[in-house]
Amino acid sequence: MATKVQGEHRRPPPAAFNLSLNNPTVRAILYQIIVLGGVAFVVWYLVSNTIQNLETRKIASGFTFLYREAGFAIGEGLVEFSPADTYLDAFWVGLLNTLRVAVIGIIFATVFGTILGVARLSRNWLVARAASLYVEFIRNIPLLLQLFFWWSVFRDIFPGPRQALSPVAGVYFSNRGVNFAVPVSDPVHWYMAGAFVIAVFASILIHRWATRRQQMTGEQFPSILTGLGLLFGLPLAVFLIGGAPTTFDWPELRGFNFVGGSTVTPEFTALLIGLIMYTAGFIAEIVRAGILAVSHGQTEAALALGLTRGRVLRLVILPQALRVIIPPMISQYLNLTKNSSLAVAIGYPDIVSIANTAINQTGQAIEGIAIIMIVYLTFSLSISAFMNWYNRHIALVER
Amino acid sequence: MAQNPTAGLGAGAIAEARPPGGLARNPITRWLRANLFNTWLNSAVTLIVLYFAIKGLWSFMDWAFLSAHFEVDDTRVCREAKEGACWALITEKHRFILFGTYPYEEQWRALIVIFLFIALYVVSAMRRFWNRRLALIWAVGLFAIGVLMWGGVLGLRYVENERWGGLPLTLMLATFGIALAFPLGIALALGRRSNMPAIQALCVVYIELIRGVPLISLLFMASVMFPLFLPEGMTIDKLLRAQVAIIMFAAAYLAEVIRGGLQAIPKGQFEAADSLGLSYIHKTGKIILPQALKLVIPPLVNSFIGLFKDTSLVLIIGLFDLLNSAKASIIEPKWVGFGVEAYVFVSIIYFAFCFAMSKYSQELEATLARGHKR
Repeated sequence: MATKVQGEHRRPPPAAFNLSLNNPTVRAILYQIIVLGGVAFVVWYLVSNTIQNLETRKIASGFTFLYREAGFAIGEGLVEFSPADTYLDAFWVGLLNTLRVAVIGIIFATVFGTILGVARLSRNWLVARAASLYVEFIRNIPLLLQLFFWWSVFRDIFPGPRQALSPVAGVYFSNRGVNFAVPVSDPVHWYMAGAFVIAVFASILIHRWATRRQQMTGEQFPSILTGLGLLFGLPLAVFLIGGAPTTFDWPELRGFNFVGGSTVTPEFTALLIGLIMYTAGFIAEIVRAGILAVSHGQTEAALALGLTRGRVLRLVILPQALRVIIPPMISQYLNLTKNSSLAVAIGYPDIVSIANTAINQTGQAIEGIAIIMIVYLTFSLSISAFMNWYNRHIALVER
Repeated sequence: MAQNPTAGLGAGAIAEARPPGGLARNPITRWLRANLFNTWLNSAVTLIVLYFAIKGLWSFMDWAFLSAHFEVDDTRVCREAKEGACWALITEKHRFILFGTYPYEEQWRALIVIFLFIALYVVSAMRRFWNRRLALIWAVGLFAIGVLMWGGVLGLRYVENERWGGLPLTLMLATFGIALAFPLGIALALGRRSNMPAIQALCVVYIELIRGVPLISLLFMASVMFPLFLPEGMTIDKLLRAQVAIIMFAAAYLAEVIRGGLQAIPKGQFEAADSLGLSYIHKTGKIILPQALKLVIPPLVNSFIGLFKDTSLVLIIGLFDLLNSAKASIIEPKWVGFGVEAYVFVSIIYFAFCFAMSKYSQELEATLARGHKR
């Protein structure tokens, strides 16, 4: 494909256009026609083969199969699903399952990875060593292997529900998954959620007002403390006014399994633990690099100006470190989402494993794979659109 | 991110006023004081970490060595003991895990192949061999590997590639994946930087498309869609299809790494080459690429590590690579439930390869950076 003829930065003189192979413009056009023609030919060849093969194998193409009855059950999902539902419903369950593991995974991996990244820079030798040992180890072992490992731990090492491990009261680890107590739903919880949303908006408004006032008059207002107070205080106040409903639904051992409480399956837990631990190793490196990228002089200068340590962190270090951290961090989030497709290997019903089942049942390979690719491409393209916007937003404004 | 570095930096600024480690004479005590016990908080953290580290290490040692069973006649011994690893699985099945379904009495050939691959990697890592000789060494090495794996000549029994498995298969997928994806990646990177719109668009679409989807979807495509693409009666075996998918996948990632290197080359280099009257091929091959590739060697090695780990995904389409043969070794009812032992064993192998590569890349980065520091 090394076909570029034009000099990288050379422009042919505009006058005297001659139609010969010595003219770089003509050659460039010629090369492009050849390449495009070649690609078009290959595509045509593959498509015509495919059409012919589909005809001989009597596979009807098209997405109409989505409206047929799926006929298989799905182990878990955020919405109800029965074998009588359509393939389209099944894909929807799969998509939600992918999003569920991805969103929860991203949140925990960020927290854990950040702690690890900071720990690697700790002045405490032991902490720094332990963190780097973890990072080196986790990054050099295939994720799929780690997933199998965690799955094995659940299936083979954890005891049955009768001898379930209970590290904290109300939480049970067994080979059937994790069972934990959940508060019994009460209307007060919804009021608390409402109060929290109101608190978020109120804190934003207060912060804006405080910033404007400080810029005009120089007077300061503890907007962060007020905000935190509102975020925690308002829901708490509603909780107490509502009579503090603290009934929990505890998991109870009945027969051979738990009843009550909430359950997550071993597949989901293994996938989640694997993804979090693996991605955290990479996030740790990103956070570490980001912090190191802010030169020590910045801290010293800020301290010399008399800023408190909290302000140095908030106003000087974080804004500069985040500029370095956020782009690779987002690409790790995307990786985590793409890696969640390994769920198919341990039987968690994400979009890929649903598509796999559908392909095996209907033979609609092209459509099934197209659905997988469209779903993931939508994720990646929307995230890269966001990234481009973000990079423009934070780009250094130079003189 | 609340507990970020200033906590350490602020305290450090004060601590540095005194000589690190206070006034202790003994270097060990001084080091301990400076690095582990410099503040009350740090001392507490040290003790807590030490407690968990020792406890964790002890239970691991107990599991892996003290209570472990290395050889048993009946796995019930392991099951009844409950505590401790059952390494008897590895003692009995290590050849299956390492070589998959390769004929038992021919497995010495697969073993030699593993050592040949390692020797090739070591040779390629030595800068002394970074010249034309390396290509020759690889050609000879790969030829020998092909002869050993397939056989059928020199009195070696023929082994069809459906029976290949274990570590040689993993190394093969990774090596050919890297070797063939690399030139494709260079072409894609150059294409993406080209000023011919059609070629640039093609490369951008290819790279973004492949990078946007998980490798699994490509492997599925290779296993169920490739057969539909081919004319009637023509088939390609599964191994080759998986290899093609891996190459296509890796090329897109390598292209982006190489593009990073191309972008870092100053404009003056292009202009200087042009003013010397070099053709595009000469300019690229002799001026631009050597500099660009040198800049991106460390991230390239990181991509290689990623690719090496990603080869484990071929188990999803049913190839018997190292991970899949480990998974298969515990299918037998006798060994059901000893997954952790099998996976720990293969993770040591994966770790050894990836860790060696990552250490090598760090070292190389330091060596290569030396030339740029003034």
